[in-house]
Amino acid sequence: MSGAFALREFRFWLTNYRRTWRGTIYTSVLNPVLYLGAMGLGLGTLVDARHPGGLGGVSYLMFLAPGLLAAAAMQTAVGESTYPVLGSVKWLKTYQAAAATPLRPADIFHGHLLFTVMRLAMNCSIFVVVMAAFGAVDSPWVIAALPVAMLTGLAFAAPIEAYAITRNKDQSFSMLFRFGLIPLFLFSGTFFPVTQLPGWIRPLAYITPLWHGVALCRSLSLGTATIGPALGHVAYLVALAAIGVAVGHRTYRRRLYV
Amino acid sequence: MAARDVLIHARGLAKSFGSAVAVGGIDFDLQRGEAFGFLGPNGAGKSSTMRMIGCVSPPSGGELSILGLNPLTDGPAIRARLGVVPQEDTLDVELTVRENLIIYGRYFGLPRDVIAERADRLLEFVQLSDRARDEVEPLSGGMKRRLTIARSLINDPEILLLDEPTTGLDPQARHAVWDRLYRLKQQGVTLVLTTHYMDEAEQLCDRLVVMDRGAIAAEGSPRELIARYSTPEVLELRFDPGEHEQAAEKLADLPVERMEVLADRILLYIQDGDAALRAVRELGLEPLTSLVRRSTLEDVFLRLTGRRLED
Repeated sequence: MSGAFALREFRFWLTNYRRTWRGTIYTSVLNPVLYLGAMGLGLGTLVDARHPGGLGGVSYLMFLAPGLLAAAAMQTAVGESTYPVLGSVKWLKTYQAAAATPLRPADIFHGHLLFTVMRLAMNCSIFVVVMAAFGAVDSPWVIAALPVAMLTGLAFAAPIEAYAITRNKDQSFSMLFRFGLIPLFLFSGTFFPVTQLPGWIRPLAYITPLWHGVALCRSLSLGTATIGPALGHVAYLVALAAIGVAVGHRTYRRRLYV
Repeated sequence: MAARDVLIHARGLAKSFGSAVAVGGIDFDLQRGEAFGFLGPNGAGKSSTMRMIGCVSPPSGGELSILGLNPLTDGPAIRARLGVVPQEDTLDVELTVRENLIIYGRYFGLPRDVIAERADRLLEFVQLSDRARDEVEPLSGGMKRRLTIARSLINDPEILLLDEPTTGLDPQARHAVWDRLYRLKQQGVTLVLTTHYMDEAEQLCDRLVVMDRGAIAAEGSPRELIARYSTPEVLELRFDPGEHEQAAEKLADLPVERMEVLADRILLYIQDGDAALRAVRELGLEPLTSLVRRSTLEDVFLRLTGRRLED
């Protein structure tokens, strides 16, 4: 029964998305094209000239692309789990409208997460296709990087949605972007190996979810993944997502059942 | 009366937020087919009561049963049989008028053809058929309210909950909403509404409770309440502000049942307003304006609480 209720909320988001999906597709294609073009090819030429074979024997483009895939999943997740949640509970009050029907707060939360997962599937698939088009893929295992990137997104989406539902103003999000996501984006091994960071700061990078996503996506795309570390990364991301879901059950209930 | 179904049963129903008491233990029963009202000023606990009935606010104490079910454990089953018109519109303003109904019907798990048929019929009912394909955003406040009412009926509810259904609407839009609600009542839909408009309560409610500061001050039909707590007629007098107090002192000698001295008016509660006005003039008082009117629920509220409804 609970699953069916969540699907009703998912369909609500789908109906809304029908009006805007075209614009989002442009963004989903343009984003990897621009990043892989500018950083992968442009900056990559300089990097490869200075360090032939320096990044484990692969070109900078090959190194960068899977990291960007995970980072793009994070961005998609954050986009779907901040303003849309606050808007639904505070501005449009469509969450409250749903709460007056048989749906429970957990169903509303799950439905929104499902929609986020769908958006992740779309964006990450497009990203992988663009990667392949750029010749930035080294192994057929890149197919496995797709669900890993989605899981990385979910590990962000679940806790952030659980947090966003408690907010009344969107200023909280600018703090989250400035002090959370931008540093993660820059220092989680997306653009350069974490081993380049000073030793004392490295453990910090290892506990960030994005690093786990980046590391696993990269090893799959390059065909260097081994089972032990891979399971470790997945377990970490699953744990984060699970904590987010558990907390979200409480925060959604507290907000919608006053 | 006793043989009819009790749809909502509340005893000692209470709601607090931290140390603030919103509803302080109230008793009421709702019968099938009646239009039942909570009349009271803002902050009386009406909306909190409505939210508890709507199963989106767990009671802090007391008993509450809705359609024979427990709102704490059977929320989804109860809400499937309720229609809710919240105080603030919760329409999806980015969708069209009709899409709002379709989406809502899906929340109740209704089959597609049932939703489509009901959506058309309900848009007809609230006189929005010609706006079916328009976005909600540019609609007037009254149209949005009517759409919210249509949406609340998509699941063919057994009880329709209306929280301040016409607050913020201009008089014409209010009458349009009242007209629709009156028709629903004629069709036998059970209505529960909150309002701080005494004319709304008088027009729509078969029975109502007067709420003040989280408690029920009185219960009955509008006519019963007026008969019990007020006089048939009221004489309203306005004096020059400088003479207001002196006039009130002199009027105290008149043999009236009750006198209320408000900031801007003096109200005399009497059997015969014209006779009372003659008596006032015989005292040598000449009010700036005088008005003889019938008692309303506003007078009942003033009598019960010492305050006015719409302050």
